[in-house]
Amino acid sequence: MLEYDFMRHAFAAATVVAIVSGAVGYFLVLRGQSFAGHALAHVGFTGATGAYLVGIPPLWGLVLMTLAAGIGMGFMGEHMGQRDVAIGLVLALALGFGLLFLHFFTAFATQATSLLFGNVLAVERGAFWTLLGLGLASLAALAVISRPLLFASLQPELAEAKGVSLRLYSVLFLAIVAIATAECAQIVGVLLVFALMVGPAAAAQQLTSGVGKGVLLSVTFSLAEAWLGIALAFYTDWPPSFWITALSATVYLLAVSPRLSLERGSLRRNHRQA
Amino acid sequence: MNAIEFRNVHLNLGGRDILAGITLDITPGKFIGVLGPNGAGKTTLLRAVVGLLPPSRGSICIFGQLAACGHPGIGYMPQVRSSAAGMHLSGWDFVACVLHGHRLGIPFPGKMGRAEIDRALDLVGARELSRRPLAEISGGERQRLLLAQALVGRPRLLLLDEPLINLDPRHQHGVVDLAKSLQTELGITVLFSAHELNPLLGALDQVLYLGRGQAALGTVDEVITTPVLSRLYGSEIDVVRLKGRIFVMSGNYDMEHDEHRHDDVSASE
Ligand SMILES: Nc1ncnc2c1ncn2[C@@H]1O[C@H](COP(=O)(O)OP(=O)(O)OP(=O)(O)O)[C@@H](O)[C@H]1O
Ligand SMILES: [Mg+2]
Repeated sequence: MLEYDFMRHAFAAATVVAIVSGAVGYFLVLRGQSFAGHALAHVGFTGATGAYLVGIPPLWGLVLMTLAAGIGMGFMGEHMGQRDVAIGLVLALALGFGLLFLHFFTAFATQATSLLFGNVLAVERGAFWTLLGLGLASLAALAVISRPLLFASLQPELAEAKGVSLRLYSVLFLAIVAIATAECAQIVGVLLVFALMVGPAAAAQQLTSGVGKGVLLSVTFSLAEAWLGIALAFYTDWPPSFWITALSATVYLLAVSPRLSLERGSLRRNHRQA
Repeated sequence: MNAIEFRNVHLNLGGRDILAGITLDITPGKFIGVLGPNGAGKTTLLRAVVGLLPPSRGSICIFGQLAACGHPGIGYMPQVRSSAAGMHLSGWDFVACVLHGHRLGIPFPGKMGRAEIDRALDLVGARELSRRPLAEISGGERQRLLLAQALVGRPRLLLLDEPLINLDPRHQHGVVDLAKSLQTELGITVLFSAHELNPLLGALDQVLYLGRGQAALGTVDEVITTPVLSRLYGSEIDVVRLKGRIFVMSGNYDMEHDEHRHDDVSASE
């Protein structure tokens, strides 16, 4: 299947995006902000439709809009209850605008579908380089802030006492999430970002107890799911986004299934006896 | 040099003075029990010492430096416990997140860092425990990890906010003994806030008793007396000593016990 240009592009793009979303997703799940990631992706839909209307590349509309919304959410609040309401409001408002843009631009149904559900097989060379640049930038930013971010996520009160600004890292992190979401949306679409950002990370956190190992396993899952999903799509002619979400859900369910955790328990007991 | 110096300190929250005009000196190496009813301002006072709440008037000095976030000599165990309790993360990784946590970079501790974290875990006897996931250990065991976390970075002043909450009497004693041995072996100053005086009696050098915006600092015999406590509670208080225990009574009822029950009710809502 690799003799086709579009397949090579699809695998290359999926590789970049899976690495970014696996790593960023780990922190997203650790901070209990999965809903924020989900909302950012939907906001991206409005950005992309708006971009079609004014005639700039939709990927840029997506990136700019999610970035603005991510930074906005980061500023809005630390408190859980407040945070969910704020996110929900931003989400509804953005989708409303997205609908309005669709209304103005009627010749839009196919683009809308590929925005909503992704179309990895249509990624072009130019788009790939953009994905790579944005991906490297967000990974580098994540690496630079990862230590204080981890501290602020696990022990906020203590982190603040040590001089770590919770708000600053909340804003920086959501900006990184925004870029990762925009990237993910290229592969699986805005509705299914959960599959690559949250599924692999949540499964990895069930199976590991160290941060480093957790990030690596999350990236591994997300890579494997993306690659396998595209390969299965090639052979079955079903949409890649379907396969990726199906694989992501399967991996997560296996990770949390009671049988598996029983086995883990007995492994640990054996280990302790040895 | 004093470990802590308050000069006419006013602490204000939501437009209300929680503590007003406090002046006190705490000399290094002491074990201080911070006591007082719910809402007396124990947490507020500790947060001010850490630098999380700047005084609206007056000044706080910690080892000769004005109190500010990021003071390297302070170890702090907040009353608001982390939400990490249900995670699959290991205790070791949880404690390790504190190490140089304010610096940018990737959280790989390195050899010296690992040794520092193991040292903190050894001090509280939680080295074995720290291999297990947080979700699989008990509340009392988690308390020890939090104490280890406060000890990372070798503080000279340890602030423990309600470390006895939700522990049964046996585990309460364990935690008090542990804090006491840290104070004597490391020669550090410990501020230990609690609802009840009795579990702390054997460990205390001094009490800092808060009430109605005021504070009294001194030995148990100086502070736990009818005149001082009557002033802090704003009503007539009797101090009853019975078999080595001390009861703070107003009429026929035990002030500390009543406060305790109040806390349990609000926690279960
Ligand atoms: N953010 C806030 N805004 C306004 N008032 C506050 C705030 N936080 C606390 N207070 C008030 O300050 C007072 C002191 O609170 P603090 O938490 O210091 O009490 P405490 O002695 O630690 O009580 P507890 O034993 O319940 O932990 C309380 O009356 C509380 O209602
Ligand atoms: Mg308190």
